[in-house]
Amino acid sequence: MRRPSALHLVLLPLSALMVTPLVWMLLVSVSTQEESRRFPPGLPSGIEWENYLAAMRDAPLGSWLVNSFVVSIVCVAGNLLLCSLAGYAFARIPFFGGRVAFFLMLATLMVPFQIVMLPLLIMMRELGLVDTLGALIAPNLATAFGVFLMRQFFTTLPRELEEAARIDGAGRLRTLLQVLLPLMRPTLATLAVLTFLQTWNDFLWPLIVVQSPGTMTVQLGLQSFQGAHTTNWPKLMAGTVLSQLPVLLVFFFAQRFFVRSVAAAGIK
Amino acid sequence: MTLDRRRLADHAAGWGFAAPAVVLIGVFGLVPVVWSFVLSFQHTDLTSPGTFAGGDNYAKLVADPLFWDAARRTIVYVALFVPVTLALALPIAVMLNQAIRGVVLYRLAVSVPLVTSTVATGIMFSWLANPQFGLVNAALDAAGLPKQGFFSDPGQALFAVVAMTVWGWLGFAVIIYLAALQNVPKDLIEASSLDGCGRVRSFWHVELPLVSPATGFLLVWLTINGLQLFDAVYVTTKGGPLRATTVLVYHLYNEAFVSFDGGYAAAIGCAVFLLIAAFTLLQLRFNRRSHYEVR
Repeated sequence: MRRPSALHLVLLPLSALMVTPLVWMLLVSVSTQEESRRFPPGLPSGIEWENYLAAMRDAPLGSWLVNSFVVSIVCVAGNLLLCSLAGYAFARIPFFGGRVAFFLMLATLMVPFQIVMLPLLIMMRELGLVDTLGALIAPNLATAFGVFLMRQFFTTLPRELEEAARIDGAGRLRTLLQVLLPLMRPTLATLAVLTFLQTWNDFLWPLIVVQSPGTMTVQLGLQSFQGAHTTNWPKLMAGTVLSQLPVLLVFFFAQRFFVRSVAAAGIK
Repeated sequence: MTLDRRRLADHAAGWGFAAPAVVLIGVFGLVPVVWSFVLSFQHTDLTSPGTFAGGDNYAKLVADPLFWDAARRTIVYVALFVPVTLALALPIAVMLNQAIRGVVLYRLAVSVPLVTSTVATGIMFSWLANPQFGLVNAALDAAGLPKQGFFSDPGQALFAVVAMTVWGWLGFAVIIYLAALQNVPKDLIEASSLDGCGRVRSFWHVELPLVSPATGFLLVWLTINGLQLFDAVYVTTKGGPLRATTVLVYHLYNEAFVSFDGGYAAAIGCAVFLLIAAFTLLQLRFNRRSHYEVR
């Protein structure tokens, strides 16, 4: 018999502390207004589902979630496709200007978004994209990080794979799709998770480029909802729970995977 | 002849594959950098065409007490946020690296803030730290301490933001440290214990130096993110109370979208960029010197 480790004495309260904000959010979201305005605060006596109904009635949560999904999914698809193609070219094809293009692209990784966002806003206005989902998609459709990640992946593959396919008469695109694609799955999945997380949780760019409630993503919508409902915390918490539910669910089911992706890329 | 045609085909194929991504990243990632630099020499509200301003915006920056206040707050924030996160993350990672029962659940608990958006985090913490009904004040009250204002107290708001963002980033730092600790070869630790090292000493002299690349990475990464603090402030305090949480990027946002002084905002952006670049270079040099590797 092993004695239970003394570490539990530290880890248990620590874990409790880490999940307290989330648990408290859940508890407040099913409290009545009166129960939320007590001191000291206590547990709700029953489950007040009405908060959730009220949140959905008062805010277009559904369309915010749909907008977030559309933007995130399109950006994920764009990154998977475009970054694979470019990553492959930079890793395997010696072409004129390729090195310079790759270096310049890497350089953009060092630039903070706050530098880019002001001209980007002007560009979106010129393109007529302000206050559309297009403005949220276009700048994130292909990312320098994604190209870099894919290039690194392709350089680790043995060249013989492609040469064999070449001898069998397959063109570059066919080699990429039929021979290399199956090997790329873990890297593609990492890129997909990171792109999804980043676009789903993005706040500053939607804040400056989107105004009308119908175009808002769920983060921006939630923020505007917060501004309008600071007196009804149970309802606000219910809205917050609903907005976080999709990512939390994905997280619990694919936790290991999430954690690995985040560690690989250093992105929150 | 055939060789030349092959080379030509390479150039065409290379650009064909790379062009979509390169064009998008060039247009939306590279052009704006140059453009931003140009904007910083203009008077512009970002809506109508700007006029040449010479060095006006930079002169304003040097003389603007609000800018220097924001810079000071940003540095105070980073100087707290980064070391506190690192100091908490390493011991937690060491504990989570042990084979104890339930460690998977502990890891889950520590890493769940990773996927919680900053907006949701802001809403949760605003209510937890509510001066009237908040759980934190209930805890203080139970301990016989006076209630605090937290986000609504100018003297405390910045520290409340530090606490909130540490909660949000701790899981990330723990994951990075865990990955580094799992790469420390077991036989090294065994060897040190054979040499008479206790657990604490082998941690200080074997594990800690070996995870120093992770520390270096986190130091840079957390600092870069800390210097760009915005979302967490926007959703909790909107830069207040009494500008107590107006950090550099918040000041930039105010100038661009409240005062409509786009040129000045661009100048602040360039200053933030310089600060980040300088710090990164400094850290890279330092990192190279203290790099341990095991093969």
